[in-house]
Amino acid sequence: MKKIKVALVGTPNVGKSTIYNTLTRNHEHTGNWSGKTVGITKGDCEYLDTCYTFYDLPGTYSLISKSKEEMVATDFIVFEDFDVAVVVCDATSLNKGISLVLQTKEICKNVVVCINLMDEAKKKGISINQHLLEERLGCPVVFTSARDKEGLKELLEAIKLSEPSGYLAIDYGVLNEPLKEIEQKITTTKYHARWVALKILENNPYYISKFQELGIIQERPKCSFSGDVHLEIALKLSFETQMILKGVIRRSKNSCEEKRRKIDQILTSKIWGIPIMLGMLFLVFYLTIVGANYPSSWLFSFFSLLEEPFSNFLAFLHLPPFLIDLLVNGVYKTLYWVVSVMMPPMLIFFPLFTFLEDLGVLPRIAFNMDRIFSKCQACGKQALTMCMGIGCNAVGVTGARIIDSRRERLIAILTNIFMPCNGKFPSLIAIITIFFVGLNKVYGSVFCALILTGFIFLGIILTFLISFILSKTILKGEPSSFTLELPPYRMPKILDTIIYSVKNRAIFVLGRAVKVAIPAGVLIWVIANVMIKGLPILTYLTNFLEPIGRFLGLDGVIILALLLGFPANEIVFPIMLMCYLNTNTLTDMDNLVFLKDILMQNGWTIQTAICFLLLFLYRFPCSTTLLTIHKETGSKFYTFLSVVIPLCVGIILCLLVRLLFSFTL
Amino acid sequence: MSLDQMKLDESAMILKVDGESSMKRRLFDLGFLPGVFVICVLISPFHDPKAYLINGSVIALRACDAKEIEVLYEKD
Repeated sequence: MKKIKVALVGTPNVGKSTIYNTLTRNHEHTGNWSGKTVGITKGDCEYLDTCYTFYDLPGTYSLISKSKEEMVATDFIVFEDFDVAVVVCDATSLNKGISLVLQTKEICKNVVVCINLMDEAKKKGISINQHLLEERLGCPVVFTSARDKEGLKELLEAIKLSEPSGYLAIDYGVLNEPLKEIEQKITTTKYHARWVALKILENNPYYISKFQELGIIQERPKCSFSGDVHLEIALKLSFETQMILKGVIRRSKNSCEEKRRKIDQILTSKIWGIPIMLGMLFLVFYLTIVGANYPSSWLFSFFSLLEEPFSNFLAFLHLPPFLIDLLVNGVYKTLYWVVSVMMPPMLIFFPLFTFLEDLGVLPRIAFNMDRIFSKCQACGKQALTMCMGIGCNAVGVTGARIIDSRRERLIAILTNIFMPCNGKFPSLIAIITIFFVGLNKVYGSVFCALILTGFIFLGIILTFLISFILSKTILKGEPSSFTLELPPYRMPKILDTIIYSVKNRAIFVLGRAVKVAIPAGVLIWVIANVMIKGLPILTYLTNFLEPIGRFLGLDGVIILALLLGFPANEIVFPIMLMCYLNTNTLTDMDNLVFLKDILMQNGWTIQTAICFLLLFLYRFPCSTTLLTIHKETGSKFYTFLSVVIPLCVGIILCLLVRLLFSFTL
Repeated sequence: MSLDQMKLDESAMILKVDGESSMKRRLFDLGFLPGVFVICVLISPFHDPKAYLINGSVIALRACDAKEIEVLYEKD
């Protein structure tokens, strides 16, 4: 079977990832998490007698700039081994795409141009002359509408038939002479000498040292051009693009643009912009909370029904009783607990969020909010990572990659924990319902969602505050450049949205939950069941933690539960109940009336509830998030900070609440 | 006049792009080049950033960055 390696290149928001996901649907290696690819993902696709391996490169506006994504993409095209580069362009704004095609042809001999979003172009009354474009570019041009899966077979066919030609030499006008001068001093057969010269003329330190490493240049050649190299390059590329597109695009008038601008003006208006935005977020939370209850209890009863057969099966295998108990009451119970509490909200939240993402609402939120963030020396896109954080903090941390400046990215990562993740919701809701709303109230769930939104607001305020403090202290520096594209609204394919978000987001989180629940289950079982002098280890631990608990307006059990809940926020509450009820396994909190009694009997007051909520919300990120932070920042110091900052905030808030209550009583 | 001073629905031609080099390159990539026409299409609730229609895309810029772009107003 013929094998072809294909690199997918494209500007952001052209549906490059849609093409990638559609083609490699069943052979995906990694999910595209934050809605934007920053690392390179790889996937296979078989069609007829050929096996295609696709490399999805980060979305880039050009291959000239120094941003992380652009370096990753350029490096891949220049130094990696692959057969064909497919440049995906937006049919509704070809300029940027064609400029990228030219830049790719400078460094890659075999290029196929894929013009996507043809459906949108049709709606806007834009038509493109395929043959003329093919002739001018000197490479195959394919039209696709990836969302409708149109033109993808033709794309695969074109990739197979595409033959390498020479590198493209763009006429850089005044730069031609200095480029020639440098070219003479370069010895390379593997890379395009003119492009190497261009990088040297640009005075790009990264590539110059790389070229020296590779032995392409001995020492840095002198450059004889004194003007603005980048401006010249940009102008020439823009000129070439315009020459290529001359007569290629035809537009007929229509009202599509007008409609989009009307929606935009409402969504970003002075009066309505922010209320609409908050309303949408509130609706998402409300649907998540209300909708998750039923499937959650179904899953729960389903799994608990299986508990006995599982235990019988293990007995049938003649396992020692203690091991059966460990496996059933330790591992299995913790596992299904986490899954049934966590899965339903994920399955509702992520499709809803992905829907808003696909619709194009999220960049408008960043646009509306940027002013406030820039006042805190942070970036408006942080609003998006915060929203993702509500789904899962680990996702929010990864999502921070969409922020260009390192400083602003670090701020977004370190403050993401102030957004309560889905895993905290069930426990938050239980406490809020018991202590603030009251049981059996009409519209109880509405009040509950309102109070929850209040807590999220507190998180937002803390995020701003901490962002401001961080940017004035540890991460001192000027606010960096901010550019944000507001793509056109696109009605998402509902089914695709659901499949995508379930597969790439919910299943990922489920996998994570399973991974952490098993060791946590074992640990909890050991603590609750191993006896020292007639008492379980648990009792010693809670007694030891009691003074710390009292100091914070809590008790030893709560502190222990918060600590043991490090692998997953979902199990904090069950651990607490296990301790209170002196059972030796995680304990159900299905019945809120029953739950209220237990908490009251153990001395919970409204103050305990508030302190618990605060410390539960702001203690430290769960283990997965922490690992993600370490991976993203590559620094132990920042990982350490991400623990210390929320912990300090949580403790200070608890002490404040205690102080407040001591005045009022 | 600079780009940040544009009002809603006004259009102008870019004359010159100044400022720090990496931001300048990013602006070039997005199509903010001398000779190109822009229209101010959106203003955020807090008046900053503003979004501009350029080459068929809508791009938002903060005032502090838009200030570095010199434009010539079109009168119509």
